Amino acid sequence: MKQGLAAAWLIARKDLRTEFRTRDTINASVSFALVVLMLFSFAFDLGREEFYDISGGLLWLVYTFAGALIVNRSFVREVPNDCIDILIASPMPAWALFLGKVVAGFTLLMIVELVSLPVFGLFNNIIWLPTFWPQLGVMLLASWGIAVTGVAFSAITVNVRLRELMLPVLHYPLLVPLLIGAMQISTVLLKGQATDIFQELRIVIVFDLIFTSLALYLIEFILVS
Amino acid sequence: MREKAIYILGLLGTLLIVGNLYHIFLGMPGEAMQGQIGKMIFVHVPAAIAGFTFYGVAVIGSIGFLLTKDFKYDSLAVSSVEVAQVFALINLVTGSMWGHIIWGIWWTWDLRLTSQFMCFMLYLGYLLMRPAVAEATQRATMSAILAIFAAADIPLVIMAIRLHNVRTQHPAPVLETGGLAPSWWPPFLIAIVAFWLIGTALVLVRLRQETVRREIDSIRRELHAI
Repeated sequence: MKQGLAAAWLIARKDLRTEFRTRDTINASVSFALVVLMLFSFAFDLGREEFYDISGGLLWLVYTFAGALIVNRSFVREVPNDCIDILIASPMPAWALFLGKVVAGFTLLMIVELVSLPVFGLFNNIIWLPTFWPQLGVMLLASWGIAVTGVAFSAITVNVRLRELMLPVLHYPLLVPLLIGAMQISTVLLKGQATDIFQELRIVIVFDLIFTSLALYLIEFILVS
Repeated sequence: MREKAIYILGLLGTLLIVGNLYHIFLGMPGEAMQGQIGKMIFVHVPAAIAGFTFYGVAVIGSIGFLLTKDFKYDSLAVSSVEVAQVFALINLVTGSMWGHIIWGIWWTWDLRLTSQFMCFMLYLGYLLMRPAVAEATQRATMSAILAIFAAADIPLVIMAIRLHNVRTQHPAPVLETGGLAPSWWPPFLIAIVAFWLIGTALVLVRLRQETVRREIDSIRRELHAI
């Protein structure tokens, strides 16, 4: 167990180091988030109050679209030079490899989200600073869910034809319960309402727990095949 | 033997449906509040029940494949998903037709409609992915995992939408409230049994096709080797 966690940490550091050397994915993802934010400004012609009503939903659409770019590449980046075969053949357990990739994906996702949030507030005149800390909590919880499922689907679709087309079809429907919860919490926070959000939070946490344990258990089957 | 079973199940299911429809349309009065369109319940709800039965079989088949690596289970899973999708589609389309007349709209994002639609989309992804994986073991494993993921997601979808949208317009399910008139129960139950029979026959047909396809694949590989 301890060795596995050490191996996972090693993989996470390796992935992050590779990413920060080239910054390919993160640059593309942040730019993509900006493009989506810009497109929203054309798509909706709403008053300020009305915009607050849909702000959480829009914010999470940006996070999901931009984040999927990051996490779905997780295993594909190991395909050139057959790195993936070496990783699978290495003595580390499959769950450790998976966990390391999820941690790396999650970290990158959080960076993109932390850049997008102020830009979102700036473009749309949304005041987000007073509720930043609880918002960060939701972002951490829901992004973990996106990272876990995204990296799992990245592993599933490594050898799939048309994988770029296939991934959103598989990944987004699965994220629906998580996004419903996260979007509602974010909207409530941005609007500064004193609404009870315990139920929504519970869905996000249950989603994280179920898919983290399922993926950690099933990843062995995915990687071996 | 299997051939006979397919014919018997299919024929029995068809006869039940035809007899049942005859009784429903000609022998029964319309629903008290909704008129004739209320009879949609005899297709709409049994289709949903049959659909979920076969989704369940697909998940069992998927778990079976992961545990045994026997391709029979993979064939069972994919055949059941295909049949379940057809029933889910029947459920969605008949529901939409009913909604158009009773609600005045074709679609609304309420609890049952959304969860059924999500379920349909998740397994649509399953069916789309299969032909995109070339290697058989890999295809079966990935599909099995996808089916399990989808099955784990559905209770969460229902939980999430229950929060999101409490003002449901969908009629309370008759099975929970027992609000169905006694004379409506027999044709309702017959419709469920008929869908199960036809569904099983279709699954058996697809199972045979999958077996033949695997044989053809292995012959092709042998030829390649030569």
